[in-house]
Amino acid sequence: MNDRTEGQEDNRKAAPAGDPGAGGGSWSNRRRRARNSLFAAGEPAVWLTGGALAICTAMVVGLLLLVLWQGLVTFWPQAVERVTTPDGETYMGEITRHNAYAPEESVLSSLSEQVAQQARQDLADDGQTIRRLFRTGNFRLTQNHFTWVDDFSVEKRDKPEWALVLERLEWGRFYGFPEQFVQLHPLDGQTPQALSGSLRTGLAAGHSLQLAVSAPGEPGFALHPLADLRAAAPTPDPAAADAAAGGATPEAAEPAPAPTGIDPSEVIAIAEVAEGPEAAWAAFSEHHGTVRERWQRRRSLEKHDTGKINHKQEQARLAMRSAAMDLETATENANGGTSPEIDRARTRLEEAEAEFEEVRTWANEAFADIRAEIDRINEENGRYQLVMKTAGEGTAPAQTTYARLDGIVRAYPANQLGTGGKVGIYLSRWLEFLVDEPREANSEGGVFPAIFGTVTMTLIMSIAVVPFGVLAALYLREYAKGGVVVSTVRIAVNNLAGVPSIVFGVFGLGFFCYVTGASIDQLLFAAHLPNPTFGKGGILWASLTLALLTLPVVIVATEEAVAAVPNSMREGSYACGASKWQTIQRIVLPRALPGIITGMVLAIARGAGEVAPLMLVGAVKLAPELPLDGTFPYLHPERSFMHLGFHIYDVGFQSQNSEAARPMVFTTTLLLIAIIAFLNLATVALRTRLRKRFAAGQF
Amino acid sequence: MPERPDAVINDTVTHATEDAAMNQPIPQSTDASPDLPAAGAGIAVSARSSKAVAEDGPLQAIARGETPASAIHDSVGEHEAVLEIDHFDFWYNQTAQALYDISMNVPYGKVTSLIGPSGCGKSTLLRSVNRLNDLIDGVRIEGDMRLKNESIYGQGVDVIELRKRMGMVFQKSNPFPMSIYENVVYALRIDGERRKSVLDEVCERSLRGAALWDEVKDRLHDLALGLSGVQQQRLCIARAIAAEPEVLLMDEPCSALDPIATGKIEDLIDELRGTYTILIVTHNMQQASRTSDFTAFMYLGRLIEYGATQDLFTKPQLRATEHYITGRFG
Ligand SMILES: Nc1ncnc2c1ncn2[C@@H]1O[C@H](COP(=O)(O)OP(=O)(O)OP(=O)(O)O)[C@@H](O)[C@H]1O
Ligand SMILES: [Mg+2]
Repeated sequence: MNDRTEGQEDNRKAAPAGDPGAGGGSWSNRRRRARNSLFAAGEPAVWLTGGALAICTAMVVGLLLLVLWQGLVTFWPQAVERVTTPDGETYMGEITRHNAYAPEESVLSSLSEQVAQQARQDLADDGQTIRRLFRTGNFRLTQNHFTWVDDFSVEKRDKPEWALVLERLEWGRFYGFPEQFVQLHPLDGQTPQALSGSLRTGLAAGHSLQLAVSAPGEPGFALHPLADLRAAAPTPDPAAADAAAGGATPEAAEPAPAPTGIDPSEVIAIAEVAEGPEAAWAAFSEHHGTVRERWQRRRSLEKHDTGKINHKQEQARLAMRSAAMDLETATENANGGTSPEIDRARTRLEEAEAEFEEVRTWANEAFADIRAEIDRINEENGRYQLVMKTAGEGTAPAQTTYARLDGIVRAYPANQLGTGGKVGIYLSRWLEFLVDEPREANSEGGVFPAIFGTVTMTLIMSIAVVPFGVLAALYLREYAKGGVVVSTVRIAVNNLAGVPSIVFGVFGLGFFCYVTGASIDQLLFAAHLPNPTFGKGGILWASLTLALLTLPVVIVATEEAVAAVPNSMREGSYACGASKWQTIQRIVLPRALPGIITGMVLAIARGAGEVAPLMLVGAVKLAPELPLDGTFPYLHPERSFMHLGFHIYDVGFQSQNSEAARPMVFTTTLLLIAIIAFLNLATVALRTRLRKRFAAGQF
Repeated sequence: MPERPDAVINDTVTHATEDAAMNQPIPQSTDASPDLPAAGAGIAVSARSSKAVAEDGPLQAIARGETPASAIHDSVGEHEAVLEIDHFDFWYNQTAQALYDISMNVPYGKVTSLIGPSGCGKSTLLRSVNRLNDLIDGVRIEGDMRLKNESIYGQGVDVIELRKRMGMVFQKSNPFPMSIYENVVYALRIDGERRKSVLDEVCERSLRGAALWDEVKDRLHDLALGLSGVQQQRLCIARAIAAEPEVLLMDEPCSALDPIATGKIEDLIDELRGTYTILIVTHNMQQASRTSDFTAFMYLGRLIEYGATQDLFTKPQLRATEHYITGRFG
């Protein structure tokens, strides 16, 4: 606050200048008023308003920064660390986070002497110690994705050069060292000797040849040195055989030496083995791409081709079903008698049945073909295996496992990566995130279906809400004569904005899905019943529910925009002989368009970020098919869909591996914000262009 | 003479205290001084103004809430009327009557100006001609108007067709938010005209008519809002004359313009004279005297005096008119 005397000085100076006529009587009056009013000075008001703005900005910016930072760093590849404890435990993985905590006495007492001593030392100054959460992966070996490691129990800590991170299709990440790379060369009718002979000529340095012998268990084969191969079994000498058969005494038939080595007939392939981390990694890098390509093909076969066949078969089944239903109604109508209707329906049914039979045979054949192709690809991909050795899981010793190449999405030697390599991994993860499908219960992989669902839903919502909202607002502003009814409608519309969104979800489910959808099913998709087509949640119903939710926003914005069109424009138009509708269409709407688009922006922002109602009307955790695809009729408004907002909820709070999924929450949030921002920016750009066109300055 | 500042006279009580002399008819002699006391020297100024007795001028009558008969010069009757206003009353709502028993004929092909103090109902009258007042809720009228002997307020009149026969220029220019070209051909567009040749021809003719062609012919497809103030107003005139209206209504077309721009619009009105029948509202006495052939003086919703501009300005029949013209009140 200003010094009081100074304030009085100011007043004394200001008063005569402002009002020379102010007499002595009013003088003291004025001074008292100025002193009484805190806000007269203006400065507190500036602080008040500015402070409010600062707090708002800080909160918004803080939120955005959190999301931005967490979302951006998630995909950055981290170093892989290995720690060993004095008790001989080993852990290797990426450190995801750390915190300070005070371990309980019981914990300390359970520790070994050496560690406990270290811990007490650690705790001496402030009673707290640091622990780090290692993402140790290797779930199938440990049944754990994460392990907490106390700092005081760490004896040795290093970043092994050849620590390799495998991102797998299933079971999460794997940390270990590449030991071997195995590529099987099938015999294809050759003898093992012949094949190994021919392979030996072109063998890369560091690679060796071994025998792959069929074995039960995971990789399906076991390796043996080439030398173990039993020499080409001597073609049984007929004489010796005769002697053996004819000989009376067992000793006469001198027993064949116990077969040492491996029977060539057991050999399934010759394995080309790259020994050691370097060679194994090099071989892996060489083959991984082609293997993954084959895998993609397989996935496409499984999804699209099978889907198409299924679709055809389903179509035929439905045709048969509806023919059967026609026959039923015809029979009912005939009241037990006969009628040409029945005959006609019967022939149609027979035709449909024949057709279905035909389609089924065809489909079975097609399925068999696809199956064979998939098996072939699988078999071919199974020839490439990476042999990994872990660093040891806790007290367990290091283990060796085989990893099929087609199950590895991405692999990198984390501690050898330069900045370029890291950026490469980072970008490839983002790319996967944006264009691929989710895997591992949504906690890994991409969110493309969710992006697609969100954008499609928002677009359908805008297409539905804008025309309706604009027409309604035009009626309220241009046609309706003010009065109780209009006021009531306006209040009702505004109140609609305050209804909790979940209520809209309930309404959408009840009205759109169970009433409208069920009626559509009765009328058009009777053959599908009892399976609902439209009578369940779907992208159309979700969009319409959100359209209802955002309707008030559009109506209010449009009303304001329409009201802001100067009356002189309307009068000018009427004076030219234009009708009301012509005036609205040619003068009012173009002028109000920027404002209407503002309403659209708000509606999009509101609608795209809404989750609660969607859970009731069609958003699902995992949608098998996109609402838009290559099968007729291409757009499938009845399909359920994935949505980024729902995805955030699902990944963050419904996931089993929530620790691993947590970063995905932030990336998905970041993405959702980015998409909404993009949609908004697009509409704002449109608005700016329109504004330039329609509302340039008057003079 | 500078334009008089508008003093709003809504209140009849205020007016009642004014000099009684100005309410009296003045002698029909050219050398008569306005200051000359005219006690009892009044003459009947027209057949219908016999009610106006010498010492009781129309302003007193208005002050009492009566509606004195208008002083309409014989010269008006010598011309063929395109627009006849016939005992027209107008209410904005139940209590606010804005026009009282207006009867006047607007001569064909002439410029007729409406003058009078602010709030006297000039705009209301003008907007009643093309029924623009219909857009206001709660208005009520009595009496009728006729455009070329066809009733304007009669039953079953198609208002939109009616408005197509008139053009209107507003006080504040109101070009539409579209290109210059589209502005001009707006009236044709809403009639569904699509032939480019017709539109082009009308556009050029109208813009030439509004003396704007040379300035804008190279940027016909630019946004009209980019024009200067006077250009915008001339564009509005071009728009108003594009459909060849039978009557052109102008409501203070120059009041938002500077003197030079005003001069341009006045020249334009001069050029349009003869081609169009123009009914123009103005506050500027000089403008009325310069541009118009006939002038009507209105006061508090009543038509006081109406005649050839020349006569009205040099030898008005009523002292009130003279006082208004010379700036004694208003
Ligand atoms: N929409 C309206 N509703 C109610 N009263 C109105 C309305 N428009 C005008 N009036 C009143 O009607 C009377 C005549 O108004 P009008 O606009 O016709 O006067 P004017 O002569 O054109 O004045 P000006 O020279 O200021 O334009 C005024 O008393 C005004 O207050
Ligand atoms: Mg006016």
